[in-house]
Amino acid sequence: MHHDFIDRYSRLDSPVHSLNPRAKIAALFTLIIVCVITPPKEWWPFCIYAAVVVIIAAASRLPARYLLTRVLVVLPFILVVAIFVPFMHKGGPSFDLGLFHVSREGLIILWGVTVKALISVSCLILLSATTPFDDLMHGFERLRVPHFFTTAAAFMYRYIFVIIDEAERMGRARDSRNFHGRWLWQAGVVGRMAGTLFLRSQERAERVYDAMSSRGFDGTFPRWQDGKMMAADYVFIAMVAATAIAARLVVLWK
Amino acid sequence: MIPLAQEIAVRVTDLSYRYPDGTEALSGVNLVVRRGESLGILGPNGAGKSTFALHLNGILSGDGHVEIMGLQVNKKNIREIRRMVGLVFQDPDDQLFSPTVREDVAFGPLNQRLEPEQVDHVVSRALRWVGMEGAEKRSPFHMSFGEKKRIALATVLSMDPEILVLDEPVSNLDPRGRRTFIELIDSLNVTKLIIAHDLAMARAICGRVVVMDGGTVVADGETSSILGDPELLERHSLM
Repeated sequence: MHHDFIDRYSRLDSPVHSLNPRAKIAALFTLIIVCVITPPKEWWPFCIYAAVVVIIAAASRLPARYLLTRVLVVLPFILVVAIFVPFMHKGGPSFDLGLFHVSREGLIILWGVTVKALISVSCLILLSATTPFDDLMHGFERLRVPHFFTTAAAFMYRYIFVIIDEAERMGRARDSRNFHGRWLWQAGVVGRMAGTLFLRSQERAERVYDAMSSRGFDGTFPRWQDGKMMAADYVFIAMVAATAIAARLVVLWK
Repeated sequence: MIPLAQEIAVRVTDLSYRYPDGTEALSGVNLVVRRGESLGILGPNGAGKSTFALHLNGILSGDGHVEIMGLQVNKKNIREIRRMVGLVFQDPDDQLFSPTVREDVAFGPLNQRLEPEQVDHVVSRALRWVGMEGAEKRSPFHMSFGEKKRIALATVLSMDPEILVLDEPVSNLDPRGRRTFIELIDSLNVTKLIIAHDLAMARAICGRVVVMDGGTVVADGETSSILGDPELLERHSLM
C-alpha cells in the first residue's frame, strides 16, 4: 500500500526543498495570516498572494497535478459551508433571481472565504510537500511549538500505517468468513472491529512505551540539532513576508 | 560449581509476578547467568518468558530480587541498569517509533546525554555492526521485516550494553533472514539471553538452555543435554 501520501515528494531536490524548515514555516504562515486578515472587497491583493504561491510552487518542481488535486480536495468543504451565504445574507444591495435574492455582500463573503481557504491550504500543502515530515516537526519544535503537539503528530505519522495495515488484515479475515456488511444488523460487527482495533492500538502504545523506557526514556525527548538558518532562508522569509505585508498595507491606506 | 560474584551477569532470586488482573505470570524464578554466556530461554507460549525479560531492566517489578552485574534492579539504579541491559522486543514495530533510522538508533545514547559528535559515532558504529551502514536517513516503516529487525537490534547496541536480551529474535523471518540474523547475534561479544521456542536457534548459539513453563524454570543445563531429552521437550510442548 502507499504509506507516504503525506510527504511523497518531500525528498526532491529543489530550491524550496533545500530551505530550512523554519524559514518555510515562518514565511508561509506569515502569508496565511496576512491573507486571512485582508478584507475581500479588493480582489487584486489576492492575486498577489496567489502569485507568490504559484512562484513557490513552480520553484519547488512538484508535479502540478499533485498540488492541484490536493488543493481542490478542500473546495467541497468550503462550498458546503459558504454556498448559502449569498442567499441568506440580509441587507445591502441584492439581485433578484425570481425565487431567490442574491445579496451582493453575501457574494463578496463567499468569494473571500473561498479564495482565502484556497490560498491558505495551498501554503500548507507546499509546506508539507516540500519538507520531510520529521524535519517539519523539528522545525516546529525549534519555533517553540509545545513538544506535546509535535510528538503526538510524529507518533501518528509513524503508526497510522501500522494501524491501517492491521485494520486491513482484520477486514480480510472477516470477509474470508463471508461477511458482506450490507445489513444493518451487521453494523455491530463493524463496531466491535473498531473497538478491537482501538484496544490493539492501545496495547501497542504500551509496548512502544516499554521499548522506549528500556532505552532510558524518562519523559523528556532528546533534542536534535537541525541545520542552521542560512542567508537564503532569511531572504526567502523576507521576500514572501514583505510582498504579502506590502499588499495588505496598500489596501489599508487606500 | 558456584561462580564468583564478579563473574555473574544476571542473578534472579525467587522472582514472582502477577498481572494486574490477577493472572500469575511468574512464580519463584531462580536463575544465574555468567558473564559472556549465551543462554537460551525456551518454553511454550504463555510460559512467562517475555514477562521475565521485562523484569531484567525494571520495566516490570515483581516480588523477589533481580541483580544485573552486581547491581540491584530498583528505582535508584534504573538508568544504569537500562544502559547495561539491551532489550530487543519481538515486534520491531514496537521498538522503532521514530521517523528516521538515525533518530531511533540515537534515542538511547541521547537519553544517556551523550554529546552530539559521540552520538553520531555510536549510531554509525551500531549500524555497521548490524550490516545497515548508511541507512540513517531511511524511514523504518519503509523497510523489510528483516531490515527492521536489524535496526531494532542496532537501537540497543548503540547503548553499548553488557547484556543483550532478545525476545524471539528470528520469529517471522524467512530462512535466509533467519540464518544471517543468527550469525549476526552469534558474532556479538556480550552476554546474551535469547528467548525462543525454536530449538534450532538455541542449538546454533546457546551453550546453555533453561526451559520455562508455568511461570517457573523447570529445567536448566547444557544445550546438548536438554535438547537431547525428547521426553522433557515433549512435556513442555517444545516438540
